[in-house]
Amino acid sequence: MSGINIIEGRMAPLDQANVDTDQIIPKQFLTGVTRQGYGINLFHDWRYLSGSEKKVNPDFSLNSPLYKGANVLITRENFGCGSSREHAPWALADYGFKCIIAVSFADIFYGNCINNQLLPVALTSKQMDVLFDMVKQDPDTSININLSEQQVVCGETRFTFDIAPHHKTNLLKGLDAIGQTLELNTDIENYEQKRQVWL
Amino acid sequence: MPATLYEKILDSHLVNKLGDDLLLYIDRHLIHEVTTPQAFAGLAEKGRKVRRPDLTFGTMDHSISTRSLALDACGPQNQLQLNTLATNCAQHGIELFPVGHKNQGIVHVIGPQLGLIHPGMTVVCGDSHTATHGAFGALAFGIGTSQVEHVLATQTLKQSKAKSMLVKVDGKLGLGVTAKDIILAIIGKIGHAGATGHVIEYAGEAISSLSMEERMTVCNMSIEAGAKAGLIAPDSKTIEYIQDREFAPKQAHWDEAVAYWNTLYSDDGAEFDTVVNLQAQDIEPQVTWGTNPGQVIGVNGKVPNPASFEDTIVKNSAEKALSYMGLTPGQSINDIDVSHVFIGSCTNSRIEDLRAAAKVAALGKVQSSVTAIVVPGSVQVKQQAEDEALDKIFIDSGFEWRLPGCSMCLGMNDDVLQEGDRCASTSNRNFEGRQGRGARTHLVSPEMAAAAAISGKFTDVRKLGA
Repeated sequence: MSGINIIEGRMAPLDQANVDTDQIIPKQFLTGVTRQGYGINLFHDWRYLSGSEKKVNPDFSLNSPLYKGANVLITRENFGCGSSREHAPWALADYGFKCIIAVSFADIFYGNCINNQLLPVALTSKQMDVLFDMVKQDPDTSININLSEQQVVCGETRFTFDIAPHHKTNLLKGLDAIGQTLELNTDIENYEQKRQVWL
Repeated sequence: MPATLYEKILDSHLVNKLGDDLLLYIDRHLIHEVTTPQAFAGLAEKGRKVRRPDLTFGTMDHSISTRSLALDACGPQNQLQLNTLATNCAQHGIELFPVGHKNQGIVHVIGPQLGLIHPGMTVVCGDSHTATHGAFGALAFGIGTSQVEHVLATQTLKQSKAKSMLVKVDGKLGLGVTAKDIILAIIGKIGHAGATGHVIEYAGEAISSLSMEERMTVCNMSIEAGAKAGLIAPDSKTIEYIQDREFAPKQAHWDEAVAYWNTLYSDDGAEFDTVVNLQAQDIEPQVTWGTNPGQVIGVNGKVPNPASFEDTIVKNSAEKALSYMGLTPGQSINDIDVSHVFIGSCTNSRIEDLRAAAKVAALGKVQSSVTAIVVPGSVQVKQQAEDEALDKIFIDSGFEWRLPGCSMCLGMNDDVLQEGDRCASTSNRNFEGRQGRGARTHLVSPEMAAAAAISGKFTDVRKLGA
């Protein structure tokens, strides 16, 4: 996987808290055996009207022509709560999102994003208000997220964000996490030697 | 320095430490059909092997029918996923409990039942309800598919140390109040994201009084408060539960193991980042009214008015939830009619759950307006229930008696509700669309679910005199 550093583009707003992974990608789409093809069903039950196959719901923000082509999703608290399904970040990435900016993320989802080169950025509630206002006033507002500088820049507005150093390194370099761990094989073998046989 | 149980388990599994990155050894890896195909494909792409197939166990649970043992009963896509698991396990020498096997069942039911889970272990599975196994004092948590692949290849996982939360439930539970009510009350108190970034340790008289199966119900829903894991320190009940099970340590190893397990508790003076206290006698049978498990109230309560919440986020979430749930503020929970009842899931499908529900089911008949199903958690639970003639009680009362699986908890098979259906469910999530698009889920205990089936609406099980 190649690394990511600078993400430039436009925002799509999803102004609600506690968006769970059942909403991001409902259960009926989890029967796949590959990592591809989930984008079409991202936010399925909100995005498409019920009782019809893929008839778009005009009231759902992502369906607005204003946000077509957006690659940064902005949302609220506790995004990605619920199930551990990695199909959620696969669906977001397959749809075209490169970065999710939220007030907070659920733990498993956050880790799953890191493992899929989908950048999760946490800002404060007030900072999110600013981004929501900007995109409301001008849907074409461009946004620039710089991972190495840990900054979100939107016009004159500049926010810094926190990210754990190991997550940052993995995203920047696009490292093969398994390959890295396999280099520690001696440590793993040493541990296994002292491990109780009845375990 | 005094250490928490969580810290003791981390410490004993440390393979390598790089800054805040802890490389932990994983003792048990449980796998199922939904979250593993891409992980095995990843291994194949890189020519990697499964490092410890002997520590990895598979079962089929999510995508299977509860009416038929045929793998194609829920369509070709489900069948492909199930066959993919079977092929991957065979290829890598992993023991699999497929449909039809005596050990098959919901992954979090069969692990403990087979004696695979011991105190002090690290346990992972590509499923957020892995916290169930914390009931044994094991550090157990759900992981994504990339992490499944990492564990398959290395038997380790990189983790940062989580914060710790002590949830103490003092006093004694009232009659008719269950482990499910304890955990729903805890989530109601701290909120749906109240334990994000934390590992919870549950303690106090009301927790230590619980049976092992009841403790599993409590730990199972730790994730519904956002927690990474939930733990209960092992005691004599834990040890007694494990003894003589199929994969339990045997003979001399048993004594060694027990001696070690007895060291697993949080030391006096160990510090927790957060402490939450509840009184067991204040807990009533719980019913969720919203679309996350923190939106919950006692059965004799009323649907809250969103305007009564100060926090804007909580208020907005409540408004949205009531609109989806088709409820009005001030409505009595006791007045809410149900169309469906689901007794099952990794939260509440063990033998004690079925016994408790059957006791209530025996008091009456399922209302004609209600469709009620009972889905045992495993083949062994089903067999045990049938040996005790619980299936007859359920069937006589008007419940359907099904084959084991995850079933209507998430509806990856054909156990799916229709728009507008309202279900009293013993599962763990009341998210929008979880049991079917537009379907409304209320989380309750097995006793309360059975009471709703025979009453046609939510009823305080204590008033039925079970």
